[in-house]
Amino acid sequence: MSDALETTHLVGEQAATIAPDGQWPVWEVFTQSSQGAPHEHAGSLHATDAEHALQNARDVYARRGEAISLWVVPSAAITASSPGDSGPFFDPGADKAYRHPQFYKVPRGVRGL
Amino acid sequence: MSQARTLPPDDPAKVAAFEARIAAGESIEPKDWMPERYRRQLIRMMSQHAHSEIVGMLPEGNWITRAPSLRRKVALIAKVQDEAGHGLYIYCGTETLGVDRGELIQQLLDGTAKYSSIFNYPTLSWADIGVIGWFVDGAAIVNQTILAKASYGPYARAMIRVCKEENFHKRQGYEIVATLANGTPAQKAMVQDAVNRWWWPSLMMFGPSDTDSPNTAELIRWKVKRKTNDELRQRFVNLTVPQAVAVDLTLPDPELRFDPETEDWRFGPIDWDEFNQVIRGNGPCNRERLEARRRAHDDGAWVREAASAYAAKQRAKQASEAA
Amino acid sequence: MTAPSVVPAPAPPPHDELELLLRIGDDRLVLGHRLSEWCGHAPILEEDIALANVALDLLGQATLFLRRAGELEGQGRDEDALAYFREAVEFRNCLLVELPNGDFGFTIARQFLFDAFAVVTLDAMARSTSPELSALSAKSLKEATYHLRHSVEWVLKLGDGTDESHRRVQRALDELWRFTPELFVADGVAARLAVQGIGPDLPALRPRWDTMVREVIARATLTLPHDASHTPHLKGGRAGMHTEHLGHMLAEMQIVARSHPGAKW
Repeated sequence: MSDALETTHLVGEQAATIAPDGQWPVWEVFTQSSQGAPHEHAGSLHATDAEHALQNARDVYARRGEAISLWVVPSAAITASSPGDSGPFFDPGADKAYRHPQFYKVPRGVRGL
Repeated sequence: MSQARTLPPDDPAKVAAFEARIAAGESIEPKDWMPERYRRQLIRMMSQHAHSEIVGMLPEGNWITRAPSLRRKVALIAKVQDEAGHGLYIYCGTETLGVDRGELIQQLLDGTAKYSSIFNYPTLSWADIGVIGWFVDGAAIVNQTILAKASYGPYARAMIRVCKEENFHKRQGYEIVATLANGTPAQKAMVQDAVNRWWWPSLMMFGPSDTDSPNTAELIRWKVKRKTNDELRQRFVNLTVPQAVAVDLTLPDPELRFDPETEDWRFGPIDWDEFNQVIRGNGPCNRERLEARRRAHDDGAWVREAASAYAAKQRAKQASEAA
Repeated sequence: MTAPSVVPAPAPPPHDELELLLRIGDDRLVLGHRLSEWCGHAPILEEDIALANVALDLLGQATLFLRRAGELEGQGRDEDALAYFREAVEFRNCLLVELPNGDFGFTIARQFLFDAFAVVTLDAMARSTSPELSALSAKSLKEATYHLRHSVEWVLKLGDGTDESHRRVQRALDELWRFTPELFVADGVAARLAVQGIGPDLPALRPRWDTMVREVIARATLTLPHDASHTPHLKGGRAGMHTEHLGHMLAEMQIVARSHPGAKW
């Protein structure tokens, strides 16, 4: 996140490099609020390794009991789609109605579908 | 922000498309194209906000060790802790714009970055803690609720989290004020004195009158700022005056009066000389605030370095074990 | 009739269990207060938040233990009356917790030694024959376990970080070590409570604490004296005989409350 906005493909090992002045790398935090819920992005923080990031995440993003589970990921390990991708990358889904439950007519009164 | 560089002017077609997105109420995200000027304005606004949260820990932190009951003690520690958290969320949000937190912090410590003028005033009694929660957090809420709809996604999301926590701060402050106002004569005098000292600086928090604020028009067009300084200031006054009346405290403004036509509480002139002195660095505590932050930063350098060094050693160990 | 020439000493508390509750509560009140002094001054924002969390937990525990102490005492004193209106000689905390914070290394080293002590003693007290003590201890143990995880991480980082951090935390341990024997001394109160299954058997818990501490210290590439019996050790906190530091700390902590006796906050 700290370099050019266009960069998308930094992976794994490069993630936790040390910047000058002992700057700690950035980690993204995802929290799960209750059983069965998806993990959602809560924000980011600085830490030197995964255990440290997890501890900090609990203190910064979960001290009010808002989370039962935490994930931490080095920011640089995240690969994101580019805004410019949105056409070819995402559009084909929009006109394929058969992927949506509403496409299918079912007899009335049949439950559990 | 990090290096001076000459940029080619932004492509007008791109700028037009960008402004159309904003007008349509869309959220701008870190990877989206944005005019360089927008990016810089945001970095300035967000980092100033984050700096304010961090410096804001100091006037209230000043009374943690003297909080007069265990309940007040823990509530105050939690509040100051929240402020650290807010600074952290917003610094992290600013980093999505391509700048390091370390760089931003250096600007604060060098004295080149601004932060809210209000934190350059001293906290002189326990009652100040109540009044700060009531006035200063109250003013911040008026500001921030609007920012929660700001056009830049990471800022808006940080603000939603901040607002949730800040509501507890204001309530806590007002509860302290009400308790003191209904307490012993000495307590009542303490809180009235605090009100007298914090009222005008709180009004100044909203910034200069719009006629004197150069950034406002552009920021409003970009939906980074949603209301003018004067509008927000008036909203704060309208909310707060009845709250003062409810606890039988007076506000130090002989010209304060209700205008039944506009339903606004009209107030007297603000001493902008004082404001200008304070933002120029000549307020009562400017030096102490920055000194405290510098000391914490400098004293902490060996700790930060140790953590980094330890992590590097661990990685090297794991690498050689894997080999 | 002449006035007494000496101020009478405060009457000793009537119950052993009350004594124990004051010791546990005061340890946490004093340590929580010391940690809260870091607010706004920690080496990095994330740690400001972390230390505040520990302080909040400790003060929360202090509130519960002191409140229970007040109930047991039966003189109408609540946790605030005990925290804000007792003199230094009436406090029952160990000396370790009242020392000034020093640098971050000193604070972390002290925190580590205390957290390990808290975990072993709360674990034992969770099985106390006193239901109130057992419940309070079980609840506090969860928090203490988390605190220990945090302080262990930092002892490792500082011990095995840079030369400077190693030096600082080693020096801290060297200074703090003589305050640790007090934690496990069983005076009459502690011994009687242990026999009744109400309080922990402190000397019996020492080996477990010692093993835990030495294991972490070794991993952190730090050293400890082999045999504590050759180290002069300080005690007296449990009997109200404190260092001069506590008086100053309490003067600051209590000033506003004492300036307005009877007032509500």
